[in-house]
Amino acid sequence: MSEITPEQVAHLANLARIDLTEDEIAKLTGELGAIVDSVAKVSEVATPDVPATSHPIPLQNVWRPDEIGDVLTPEEALAGAPERDGDRFKVSAILGEEQ
Amino acid sequence: MDFDKALEMFEPVIGLEVHVELSTKSKMFSSAPNPAYGEAFGAEPNTQITPLDIGLPGSLPVVNEQAVRYSIQLGLALGCSIAESSRFARKNYFYPDLGKNYQISQYDEPIAYEGSVEVELENGRVFHVPIERAHMEEDAGKLTHVGGATGRIQGAEYSLVDYNRAGVPLVEIVTKPIVGAEADAPELARAYVSTIRDIVRALGVSNARMERGNLRCDANVSLRPRGQEKFGTRTETKNVNSFRSIERAVRYEIQRQAAILAAGGTIQQETRHWHEDTGTTSPGRPKSDADDYRYFPEPDLLPVAPPAELIGQLRAALPESPAAMRRRLKGEWGFTDNEFRDVVNSGLLAELVDTVRAGATPAAARKWWTGEIARLANAQGVEPSSLVNPQQVAQIAQLVESGELTDRLARQVLEGVIAGEGTPGEVIEKRGLRVVSDDSALLAAIDEALAAQPDVLAKIKDGKVQAAGAVIGAVMKAMKGQADAARVRELVLERAAQ
Repeated sequence: MSEITPEQVAHLANLARIDLTEDEIAKLTGELGAIVDSVAKVSEVATPDVPATSHPIPLQNVWRPDEIGDVLTPEEALAGAPERDGDRFKVSAILGEEQ
Repeated sequence: MDFDKALEMFEPVIGLEVHVELSTKSKMFSSAPNPAYGEAFGAEPNTQITPLDIGLPGSLPVVNEQAVRYSIQLGLALGCSIAESSRFARKNYFYPDLGKNYQISQYDEPIAYEGSVEVELENGRVFHVPIERAHMEEDAGKLTHVGGATGRIQGAEYSLVDYNRAGVPLVEIVTKPIVGAEADAPELARAYVSTIRDIVRALGVSNARMERGNLRCDANVSLRPRGQEKFGTRTETKNVNSFRSIERAVRYEIQRQAAILAAGGTIQQETRHWHEDTGTTSPGRPKSDADDYRYFPEPDLLPVAPPAELIGQLRAALPESPAAMRRRLKGEWGFTDNEFRDVVNSGLLAELVDTVRAGATPAAARKWWTGEIARLANAQGVEPSSLVNPQQVAQIAQLVESGELTDRLARQVLEGVIAGEGTPGEVIEKRGLRVVSDDSALLAAIDEALAAQPDVLAKIKDGKVQAAGAVIGAVMKAMKGQADAARVRELVLERAAQ
């Protein structure tokens, strides 16, 4: 059985900046639990001789040479900005900080 | 709490995270120009970006080969093992310094791990700082907070974002907990970052200018009561961006935490901000757990598995380590322990190396840089290296060596060079600073001085050679200092013997 708790769901919602009601948290706690249980079935067949896989295609070292290419103009870069101030994006003050 | 008292009660444990901006031509995952390359710096906002750097849909990252090479070189220079296979991970967080809502970093498979860096303190104590890992990641954009009194985030009305820096290749070097430094912990923190700067400079993988943010340091500090095995709760002071501040910040945190613990309080695990003006730290946010970043393997990028052949090539081409270079130079230059330590501690070693390479003797190079140039720089509140270059210093030193300049004239030449009057040769011409080497001019001045002080000649003839000093002084004054005092002395004594 999964050990997903309402507190964990509320915490995840906060990290993902999603506003959830109490009812939604209760509903999602059950649903997420079911999802985690389903995924956990994989570990029943995974044995130590099966390496963990993050990419389905066996490729590595795909690099590009250190060369400069085209850049956007500030107009292009800011075309989708909800707000701007000169050539910079304007965002509301956020009580957080750089990571 | 008093620092010594804090050390009596608690043992400090520190951990340092240094971010190094690599000076590749283009960014980590895009072909935008890298603002940390060469002298390119301070471009207009949002002019150095591609769709990838602002997280536009449909853009895909591709790893910069040169950034990988630089990262491996740096890992090797830190004594690290290089991973056979390494991969990127997404670090998820919501903050507008990155447009994607995640930073591409490395988590469980960094490119380099388990190393050690030799760091020497001013008192000669040598530390081996254990390195946990060095991993590749991308830098974030730059926010300017508008409104509020101080330009800080507290009280700001809105923020402006420039993404030029987003995607600049970074290597983050993380130490293991450093124990045993005791009262040297603050100085060790500074000396460690200074050594990292020397290493990346020697490798040529970064401009390593702290005032431009090429090198940035976060300092973790915790205290444990004497005799306790378990580490105390740590704080992480972010973005302490000068060598002096690193030392001050660690010292301050030791004292602050000791006062709280001694009064029976507990330390909050949190990030803290350093305030240069007051020399204190203030609370930032509660430190997130690694889990909160929901790291997962970056699906848009393939693993990096550096071929053994490449690692071997890069290892063979590594420059001498700063510690080994210092040992070699100390022997070659024949300085005393104190003389050499003064040079290292004043941060002038690189200048001396270049000045000696340009033709000055090591003793003259040391004399000029740690003497007159350091004094002038100090008076102006700037770095000595910003006043003159090693080639100019070497030229002046050589002119003194060959007798074309006296020390006093040489100082005037230096002043002229610093004032922007041209090369040492040009300053000598313009200011007419050549030594008067014409003996007849000197003899005329000597005769004049002897006539004015008739008793001097008699005293010298009586064997009181020191009496010549008064005449030499008068001649030097008449020559406006543009004479070689030793030659004047010879001539005075010759006259007396006649």
